[in-house]
Amino acid sequence: MKPPRFDYVRASTLTEAHAVLAAEGGDASVIAGGQTLVPLLSMRMARPSVLVDIMHLSELAAIAIEGQTIRVGAGVRQAELLGWPALAIRQPLLALALPWVGHAQTRARGTVCGSVALADPSAEIPLALVALEGDVELSSTQGKRRVGAAHFFNGLMSTARRDEELIEAVRFPCRRLGHGYAFREFARRHGDFAMVACAAVAGGTGTRLAVGGVADRPIAYDFGELADEALTEALATFAAGLDAQDDLHATADYRRALVRKLGRETILEARRCRA
Amino acid sequence: MNSTMEWLGQSIERVEDAALLTGRGRYIDDLAIRPGTLHAAILRSSHAHAHIRSINIEAARSAPGVVSVVTGTDVTALSTSLVVGVKAPIQCWPIAVDRVRYVGEPLAVVVASDRYLAEDALELIDVDYAPLPAIIDPLAALDATQPPLHEGLESNIASDRSFRYGDPARAFSQATHRIAVDIRYPRNSCTPIETYGVVAEYDPTDDAYDVLANFQGPFSMHPVMARALKVPGNRLRLRTPPDSGGSFGVKQGTFPYIVLISLAARVAGRPVKWIEDRLEHLAASVCATNRVTRLEAAVATDGRINALAWDQIEDVGAHIRAPEPATLYRMHGNLTGAYDIRNLSVRNRVVLTNKTPTGLNRGFGGPQVYYALERLMHCIAAELGLDPLDVIRRNVIPSSAFPYRTASGGLLDSGDYARAIAVAAEDGGLAELKARRDEARAQGRAYGIGYTAVVEPSVSNMGYITTVLPAEERRRAGPKNGAQATATVAFDPGGAVSVHVASAPQGQGHRTIAAAVVADVFGLRPQDIRVITELDTARDAWSIASGNYSSRFAAAVCGAVHLAATGLKAKLQRSAAAQLNVPTEQIEFVAGKIRASGNPDNALSFGRLAAASHWSPGVVPEDAQALRETVFWTPPALTPPTESDEVNSSLCHGFIFDFCGVEVDRSTGAIRIDKYVTMHDCGRVLHPGMVAGQITGGFAHALGAAIYEEYTYGPDGSFLSGTFADYLLPTTTEVPPPVILHIETPSPFTPLGAKGVGEGNCMSTPVCIANAVADAVGAKDVDLPLTPAKLAALLETRA
Repeated sequence: MKPPRFDYVRASTLTEAHAVLAAEGGDASVIAGGQTLVPLLSMRMARPSVLVDIMHLSELAAIAIEGQTIRVGAGVRQAELLGWPALAIRQPLLALALPWVGHAQTRARGTVCGSVALADPSAEIPLALVALEGDVELSSTQGKRRVGAAHFFNGLMSTARRDEELIEAVRFPCRRLGHGYAFREFARRHGDFAMVACAAVAGGTGTRLAVGGVADRPIAYDFGELADEALTEALATFAAGLDAQDDLHATADYRRALVRKLGRETILEARRCRA
Repeated sequence: MNSTMEWLGQSIERVEDAALLTGRGRYIDDLAIRPGTLHAAILRSSHAHAHIRSINIEAARSAPGVVSVVTGTDVTALSTSLVVGVKAPIQCWPIAVDRVRYVGEPLAVVVASDRYLAEDALELIDVDYAPLPAIIDPLAALDATQPPLHEGLESNIASDRSFRYGDPARAFSQATHRIAVDIRYPRNSCTPIETYGVVAEYDPTDDAYDVLANFQGPFSMHPVMARALKVPGNRLRLRTPPDSGGSFGVKQGTFPYIVLISLAARVAGRPVKWIEDRLEHLAASVCATNRVTRLEAAVATDGRINALAWDQIEDVGAHIRAPEPATLYRMHGNLTGAYDIRNLSVRNRVVLTNKTPTGLNRGFGGPQVYYALERLMHCIAAELGLDPLDVIRRNVIPSSAFPYRTASGGLLDSGDYARAIAVAAEDGGLAELKARRDEARAQGRAYGIGYTAVVEPSVSNMGYITTVLPAEERRRAGPKNGAQATATVAFDPGGAVSVHVASAPQGQGHRTIAAAVVADVFGLRPQDIRVITELDTARDAWSIASGNYSSRFAAAVCGAVHLAATGLKAKLQRSAAAQLNVPTEQIEFVAGKIRASGNPDNALSFGRLAAASHWSPGVVPEDAQALRETVFWTPPALTPPTESDEVNSSLCHGFIFDFCGVEVDRSTGAIRIDKYVTMHDCGRVLHPGMVAGQITGGFAHALGAAIYEEYTYGPDGSFLSGTFADYLLPTTTEVPPPVILHIETPSPFTPLGAKGVGEGNCMSTPVCIANAVADAVGAKDVDLPLTPAKLAALLETRA
């Protein structure tokens, strides 16, 4: 478990980071908290020729309120966002979901944007981003662009980020008055990747449920104001339509059953919180 | 002897902790290595079963930093096959020779200036495999038409032995009920935090190997390794580091790597260090055996069992690596568990499959046996409409019957099972737990209660494994038995006391306890005694029974320490009697003084008298010369197997009675342990805090085995549990604290009355939880691990 040789660039400016990415393209990897990348390097499952360390760029280090969004820079660690005093007021869903991300030790190193960049289908942060319909700020030598969460996650561990692009920040919409938020997860152990994770946002006209851990990416669906039997049926249809897989820990059917149960609980909880 | 018991029995502070808690532990990877030491990386098989057409190492050999590359060709040229534990023409090499038989089997060792370059070079080795069909299921291995995994064998059944004690045929023919369970016990492992490590060196001028390894014993493996390396034992110097990052049996499995890395050092002409990484450890260290068991009982209507019939199919993986098939035979003397059952038949088959070879793991053989036996007790109750606890009570060995000789030859030293059960039920709140169950069930929840009664063997008879051989082969080979424990106590010229034990501790606290034993004997304080536990086979007293296994420290090694200290004490007493002018019987050792009882002023300082044989040997009588005393102690009760295959497989037999209440979530299938009570009788408790630590740790391991852990293989033999994201260990969040209770019936067979306690919950807890889960979901067949997905499916089919 020793990585093959690679070069390491500690970027001292954003421009420098962009330049390396532009020059090396897919052979470069951005390293932030390293909680996934370092084990992948050690297992030789990732073999970048150069690592670009962005953790010393002060312009990426901030959590900021910009209008109706929380902008989380690429240098912000998960523990930092979880410990941000305004979090529960500004966006309760993040306050509910972040404690489920790994363990205290991994959250102390892992970054919010790193989790988004990796796009693990079971990860909580991408799920929250999809549920809230947030977006991702990408930049490169060519300039900046923003991509909505629904388009950003485009497959199994696959995103709309181009090789030369860096995630500068992710933007989560702030809590809206009269909206309710809820999060539920089931895993075999606390801190594991979710077997099924559900995030729900109950707004003025509907209830949006996003589900992680089942398909190749977080999948969201608006259940409107469906209730009782109608909600049960709609959830069954939704769960049946998810492209679930069997693995070592659970069958696809078991996962779909969890979606029906947890999805319902999460939706109802979000609606209760709407008041 | 007027030994006071000031320190033993108290939870005194562990001398080990200060260093470990402040980062001053000295583990193998922390220790300095000789300049010029090289680093090894191992190429491992990606196939479960294949002929090796060729291994091309040319590119690797010329890669940067690489000094040498070792393959099966070098190993067969420089060594001989490791001996195997059954009489069969099987070769067992520490590296693949011509054929790979499991995923992870070593194929080549690259030795380079650092581990990074060694791993770079591994990628340059080209192996041409010709894949063969893999045998994964132990039942498939019984099929005589399948090609054998080893040349020289006619099938994949490496051993097939049947035993009969009493008259089981008659008991079954007359039985009112015949009740059976069919069990598939999975593979799992105790996964210590610290992986294997070996630093080896070969001296060609002396034809001798010098090895540092975090090997835990048994040192019966030392002659196995020396033989493989083709040197007499005195030319294989094996040393252990001061600290261990845990073992639980698993580091017994370093021994093939000690041979392999020793050979790599010989080829390289330089010292070679190898630290196993986690991927290697999970794929290819050792795990416990998986086993297929059918256990049937001849039962009366009141639940009384008159006979048991065991049929065990033991899957040891691709090689019968020593000491296997010991997992199967360790429990042979106590196959009737805690019960008074006189008629017993046993069929034991050992099969080979394309999986990692098995070895020692905490509980060693106990989890597999008790899972079947204690599931059977519950099934008997369910089938006859009885309370499971009544079935247990009706069958336990009566309190007046100890020492009790079991049908298969075990000698259960002491116990009071009925009292232990009664105290546990009362103090553990069984009545209240039943009320909670009834209330939960009334609400439609899936709640169940499980029980287990388990006899926990400790201090293995070195001869038990020979039960695998028929009596005539045992006669030819000569009797094997005993369990030599070793301890040395010495005085230095200042009268300070040192102790050495060959117990190879793996984190338990041996230094603390040995100091307490000696402090009590000499009337000193534990901090006055310095205990050394590193083992050096070239310098220290040791025997084949040395090491850390079968929970032998408290019962056997502490006994040897006690005997060595009391031997020296007797000598000091003689000297003191002469100097103080009182009879020897009136000499007492109190608070650093040696004095006349009844006249405390007539005293000598302990240190002065203890130093006397250094400074003035001329005036110390011959029979009172006291410098150093080494004791070898073997328990007389550990005799070889008899002509009729009876064997006292262990010296001590603790008793455990557990019960628990669990709830299974009807929609997720997740288990919540509402309450877990574990009652122990481990004889005399030497240190309550450490005993609680052992029980809690064993419980955590067992909870993992019950709910989370399994080494899973695909049908083609691919290994599916290769990381800790696939092989799930319980963390503190998942382990509820058990309620721990004790009674004490001291062992009459050990010097201090203590028995082992470290492994019992690995035997009792998985099946206790399974019994509770079976009760909760109303199913008979529940297989470990009890995953939420499995239980949800069970609940669905029952709904």
